[in-house]
Amino acid sequence: MAASRWNAGVIPYAEMGYYEPDYQPKPTDILAAFRVTPQPGVPPEEAGAAVAGESSTATWTVVWTDRLTAYEHYQAKCYRVLPVPGRDGEYIAYIAYDIDLFEEGSIPNLTSSIIGNVFGFKALKALRLEDLRIPLAYTKTFQGPPHGIVTEREYLDKYGRPLLGATTKPKLGLSARNYGRVVYEALRGGLDFTKDDENINSQPFMRWRDRYLFVMEAVNRAAEQTGEIKGHYLNVTAATMEQMYERAEFAKELGSVVVMVDLTVGYTALHSMSNWARANGVLLHLHRAGHSTYTRQKTHGVSFRVIAKWCRLLGVDHIHAGTVVGKLEGDPSTTRGYYDTCRLATVPADPARGIYFDQDWGSMPGVMPVASGGIHAGQMHQLLHYLGEDVILQFGGGTIGHPMGVAAGATANRVAVEAMIKARNEGRDYLAEGDDILSAAARHCAPLQAALDTWGDISFDYESTDTPDAVPTPIR
Amino acid sequence: MRITQGTFSYLPDLTGEEISAQLRYAIDQGWSVAVEFTDDPHPRNNLWEMWGLPMFDIAGAAAGLAEIRACRAAYPHRYVRVSAYDASYGRQTTALSFIVHRPPDEPGFRLDRQEAGDRRVRYTLTPYAARDPHGERYGAPPA
Repeated sequence: MAASRWNAGVIPYAEMGYYEPDYQPKPTDILAAFRVTPQPGVPPEEAGAAVAGESSTATWTVVWTDRLTAYEHYQAKCYRVLPVPGRDGEYIAYIAYDIDLFEEGSIPNLTSSIIGNVFGFKALKALRLEDLRIPLAYTKTFQGPPHGIVTEREYLDKYGRPLLGATTKPKLGLSARNYGRVVYEALRGGLDFTKDDENINSQPFMRWRDRYLFVMEAVNRAAEQTGEIKGHYLNVTAATMEQMYERAEFAKELGSVVVMVDLTVGYTALHSMSNWARANGVLLHLHRAGHSTYTRQKTHGVSFRVIAKWCRLLGVDHIHAGTVVGKLEGDPSTTRGYYDTCRLATVPADPARGIYFDQDWGSMPGVMPVASGGIHAGQMHQLLHYLGEDVILQFGGGTIGHPMGVAAGATANRVAVEAMIKARNEGRDYLAEGDDILSAAARHCAPLQAALDTWGDISFDYESTDTPDAVPTPIR
Repeated sequence: MRITQGTFSYLPDLTGEEISAQLRYAIDQGWSVAVEFTDDPHPRNNLWEMWGLPMFDIAGAAAGLAEIRACRAAYPHRYVRVSAYDASYGRQTTALSFIVHRPPDEPGFRLDRQEAGDRRVRYTLTPYAARDPHGERYGAPPA
C-alpha cells in the first residue's frame, strides 16, 4: 500500500487517503455536506473522495512533493457517503477539513478552497454544497454583523414587532426629486425603512449624489411627521471600493442610519463595507442580488443557507432570506432553516429544515432577515407565523401600488402588523383567525380595508425547486 | 400630530383591559415590566424617567396596571410608556414597548435645516414642547 501510494501516475482519490470512513471529525474541523451526482460508473465513495481531494491538497496525479509535508494533516477526508432518499443517483458526501487549511477571518479563502475548483470536475455530473459546519474556533476569527439585531432595535427604538420596509418603485427611471417623494410618502405613512433596489446605483437618469440628497430630505421630513427614527437603504454598490467608500461617507455625513450593498460586489468588498459600517455606526443592508443563479437548483450550486453563514461571519446587519408566501422561490421549511441560521445563537441539525450540522455561533450577533417580493398586508398572519418577529417585511408593490396612495399603503401595512402582534400577544390563534383580525383592524383604518379589497386574494402558488429531502414522520 | 413611537401607536389607544392582556403576555414570557414617562419625546431620547424600578417579580397584570394608572395620575401632561424587558442570554434588551398615555395636545416637532455647501443640509429635530423647561411642557402648570 505505502509503496503503490507514491508510484507516479493516476490512482483513485479514495486510495490516496481522501476517503476515511473511520475518521472521527474533530470539534475544530470545518465540515461540509455536498450533494454529489457522480457520472455513470463512478462509485459514490470515489466521487466523495474526489471532492475532498480537489477541494484540499490533491491534483489529478501523484506528486512526490506531498512527501515534503505532513500531508495527512492537510488532506480533507470524506468520512461518510449516504444515498439521498427518493433521489436516484444523488449522494450526500460528508467531508472534514482541518482548520489549518484556512486563513483566519477570510471568506474568500474559505470559498476558494471549498468551492474553488471542484464544481467543474468532470467525474461529477453535478455538485451542490448543502451545508457547512463552521467550528467555533473559526467563527471567533470573525466579528460578524456590525450591529446585529439587538443593537439595531435599540438604535432605532423599535421593539416587539417586525420592522416594515418598501422598495422604491418603479425600479428604474425616477428622477431624484420624484424618488424622494415616494420615500417620504412611504415613511410618513408608517414604514420604518425604504430601500433602493439592487440595480439602483448611479445611472444617467439619477446620479447617486442627487438621490442621496433628496432621500435624506424625505427621511428627515418623515421623522418630523411621526417622531420616529426612519431610514432608507442608500445603495452604495459601485464599480470600485473607492467609489463605494465615497458614497458611504456621503450617506453618513447626511445622517443616514443605514447603507446598502449588493451581493454582486463579492465577499472581499462586503467584508470591507462591514468594517466600514462598524467603524461609522451605520447599519449595513445586504441585497442578495444574483444568488439564485447558484442557490436555486437542487443538484448543482451552493445552498443559500451556506451563503447566509458566510454573510453572518463577514458581517451584515440585514440579509434578504425569502418570504415563503411571496413571488420568489421559498419552501417554508427550507426558508425557516435560513432564518434560524441568521438569527439563532445555536442552530441544531434538522433534516426537515435542510440543516445538516449543529452550528454554534458563540456570542456572534444575529442578522436581521428581510422578506421581500410579492407580499401584502392581507398575508400578515402568515408572515408572522412563518417568519417571526425579528424580520423586516418589505412591501414594495404592496405599499406603492395602493389605490389610495403610497402613504395609505404604508399605513395599511403598519396597522396590519400592529393588529396582528396585539392579537398574538392576547393569546389568539392568529394564524387561523388572521382574516378576522385584519377585517376588525380595517374597521378603524380605511387604507387597510382598501388593501384587503385589492390584494386579499393574491397568492403565488408554485412548487418550490429547493426543498428538504427529509419530511418529518409522526412517531407513535 | 400623533407621535407613533412604540409597538401599537397606529391602533386606537389601548383600553385598560387591552393593556392588561399585553402585560399578561410579557409576564408569561418571563419578562420584567417597567413604566416610564417623559416630556421630551425626541426619538433619540431613550432615557425616559423611571417610575420606580422595573417590576422584576411582578405577580400579575393588575399590579402593572395599577402602576401605570398611578404614573398617569401623577403626570397627566407627559407621555407614559410601558416596556417589557427580556433578560435572557442573547437578548438582554427591550422586547415590547408601547405608549399608554399621551399629553392632551401633541404639537409635534420642528425640523431645522442648516444649509451647508454643495447642497448639503444638516437636519435637527426639536420637540416644540422643548421650548419650555422640563415639568412645564404640554400645558403642565408651573410647579
